Amino acid sequence: MSALLEIRALTVDFLAPRVVRAVDGVDLALGPRERLAIVGESGSGKTQLLLACTGLLAANGRAMGSVRFEGRELLGPGDAAAPARGSGIGFVFQDAGGSLTPHRRIGDQLVEVAMAARGMPKRHACDESLAMLGRVRLPDPGSTMNAYPHELSGGMRQRAAIALALAARPRLLFADEPTSALDVTVQAEVMALLDALCRDLGMALLLVTHDLGVVAALAGRIAVMYAGRIVEEGDTDELLANPAHPYTAGLLASVPSLSALDDGELATIPGAPPRAGETIQGCRFEPRCPRRRERCRVEGPRLEAGGTSLVACHYPLDAGRSP
Amino acid sequence: MNAVLEVRDAAVRYALARGRTIAAVDGVTLSLAEGEIVGLVGESGCGKSSLGRAILGLVRLASGQVFWKGRRIDSLPRREFRALRGEMQLVFQDPHACFDPRMTLAESIAEPLRALAAGLEESARTVRVESALDEVGLDREVGARYPHQASGGQLQRAGIARALIVAPQFMVCDEPVSALDVSVQGQIVNLLARVRRERGLACLFISHNLAVVARLAERILVMYRGRIVEAAAREAIVRAPRHPYTRLLLDSVPDPHPQAARKLLAAVRESPAPLADAGADGCPFASRCPWVLARCRTSAPLLRPVADQQLVACHRAEEWPKGLTPAAT
Repeated sequence: MSALLEIRALTVDFLAPRVVRAVDGVDLALGPRERLAIVGESGSGKTQLLLACTGLLAANGRAMGSVRFEGRELLGPGDAAAPARGSGIGFVFQDAGGSLTPHRRIGDQLVEVAMAARGMPKRHACDESLAMLGRVRLPDPGSTMNAYPHELSGGMRQRAAIALALAARPRLLFADEPTSALDVTVQAEVMALLDALCRDLGMALLLVTHDLGVVAALAGRIAVMYAGRIVEEGDTDELLANPAHPYTAGLLASVPSLSALDDGELATIPGAPPRAGETIQGCRFEPRCPRRRERCRVEGPRLEAGGTSLVACHYPLDAGRSP
Repeated sequence: MNAVLEVRDAAVRYALARGRTIAAVDGVTLSLAEGEIVGLVGESGCGKSSLGRAILGLVRLASGQVFWKGRRIDSLPRREFRALRGEMQLVFQDPHACFDPRMTLAESIAEPLRALAAGLEESARTVRVESALDEVGLDREVGARYPHQASGGQLQRAGIARALIVAPQFMVCDEPVSALDVSVQGQIVNLLARVRRERGLACLFISHNLAVVARLAERILVMYRGRIVEAAAREAIVRAPRHPYTRLLLDSVPDPHPQAARKLLAAVRESPAPLADAGADGCPFASRCPWVLARCRTSAPLLRPVADQQLVACHRAEEWPKGLTPAAT
C-alpha cells in the first residue's frame, strides 16, 4: 500500500524553558483520497502535530521522528517541508483571518497563489480564481474578488480561505478546526462544502477538531488524541458506535443531545487533562478514568489492535462489540 | 406568575459610519419570573449579547424599558444602578479574558465585595470567598493560582463564584460554556443547574447551541437579527417548532451519529442559496427561508400567540408543524 502521508514516531518538544512534550510518539498513515480526523481537547497536541508535519512549528518547537509525504521526508534540516506546502499540502485554519492577508484583495491573493504554485499566466489565473470562488459557493464571486477580508462575514471569510488553500490544487488538505469559529448553521454549510470539494477534486483530508459531530459527517477514519498520544484509532462508524477507550466513550457521552429533554445531569468526564509538561508514569487518562485499576497507574498502555480498531487501554470497553 | 424582570419593546442601536445606525436589538419584550431560567438562542450578531448587556445597564437602550421588581432601571443614573449590581450579575463567555492576570483567582472573586460590601472585614471576606470556592467545586489551592495557572474549566468556575459572591437574584450567563472543551462543558452546565436550583436564582442563559440551552432552560427564546422570532416552552421549541429558523437551528446541531451527520450534509447541500435580503419591510428571515411566500418579502410578521404558550413571528406559523413543502422559487 502506498501512503500519501506517513507519520512515524513523531514527537514534538517545546523549550518553554523546560522541555514540554506536546506530541509523544505518534504513528499515522493516510492514503490518497482518504479522510482522517484527529479528535482531541485543547492541549492534546493535535494542532502541533499538523504544524510539525508542514514545518510550521514555532521557533522554540522541535519535531523528531519521520513524516513522509509521497515518499519524501518532511522533517529535516532547514525547511525541508517547504516544497510540499501549497501544491502538496494545503492548510485551512480555525481563524480564517489567519490565512488571508488583511490589506490585500481576496482576488489578488488567489491569483498570486495560482500563478506561483501552478505556473499560470495571469489571465488564466484570474479565470481560475473566479471559478474557485464560485466552487466554494460564495454568492457573488465577481465582487468577492475585489473585496478585502474584513468586508466578508465569518462564514464567507472561511469559504475564501478554503478557496485560497485550494488555489494551488493540493493533493492533501490539512484543516485545523475549520468550523469551530462559525455559527451552527454556517458550520453545517462549510462541512458540506469540504465534503463536496474533497470528492470533486480527489483530495485527501486530515481534519483536526474537538467536535465529534463534525467528524461523524466528514471523516472515514478517526484517531482520538489525549495528552500528546493517540489513544484510539478506527473506522468512523465503528468507533462512534462502539468506542473501546473510556476517554472516547466519555467524550461521546458528553455531547449535549436534543433527544432527552430533562433536567438530568449531563454526562461529563471529571477533572481536566494533564497540564503541559506534567510527567505521568502510567496511563495519562488514569486520573479521570472510571475504569482505572492499579495497573493503569504504573504502566502506560500501548496502542494495540483491539477488535476492529487500535486502542491504548489495559481495560477497554467491549460491550456491544461484535465477536 | 410574578415577573421579577421585565423588558418592554427594547431596542439597542450602534452607530455606523456616516451617521447611519444598526439595530442590534429591535423591539424585544420578555419577562422572567422569580427563580426562572430562560434560554436565549441565536447565531452570532443576532443581538443576544447586546440584549443581555442592555438588561444589566452595560449598554444603553435606544428605546424601550427594563423593569426590575417593578422599578424602572434602564434610565437610572450610574450611581444608583451600581447599588443594583449586588442583585444582578454577569458570567462571561471567555474565562481567559475576564480575569486580571495580576490577581489570584481568590482575589478576583473577592473584588465585587470590595465595591458592594465595602464595610466587610477582611476575615469575613475570606470566609465568603472560601464558601464561594466550595460552592463551585474549586479547591482552596486553586483559588491561590493566577489565571494563567488555571484551566479553562477552573476559570469558568471562578467566574461563576465571582458572580455568586454578592448573592445575586438574577444572573445573565453569556455563552458560559462555548469556549470550553466538550468534556468540561457538561461540568459547568451541571454546576449552573445546581447553583440555580439551590439558590432559586433567575437566569437568562445565552448560547448559540440549542442542545446546551435545552438542558438548562424551561423556556426558550429564539432570536434572529435583533428580534425574537419564537418563544415557547423547551418541549415545544425542540419537538414542535413553528418558526423555520428554529427548525434550521435544530437541524444544524452536529450529531456524533454518522447517519444523522450525513443526513445533515445532504440536507444542506440541497438547500437553495440565499436570496437577496427582503429589506426593512419584509421578514428578516425571508432570504434564507425555504418556505418563503411573496407576502414575506413585503410585510414583516409580528410575534403573536399561535399555540398554547407559544409565540411565533411567521406568516405561516399555523401551517406548522404540518408538512410544509419548500416554495418552488
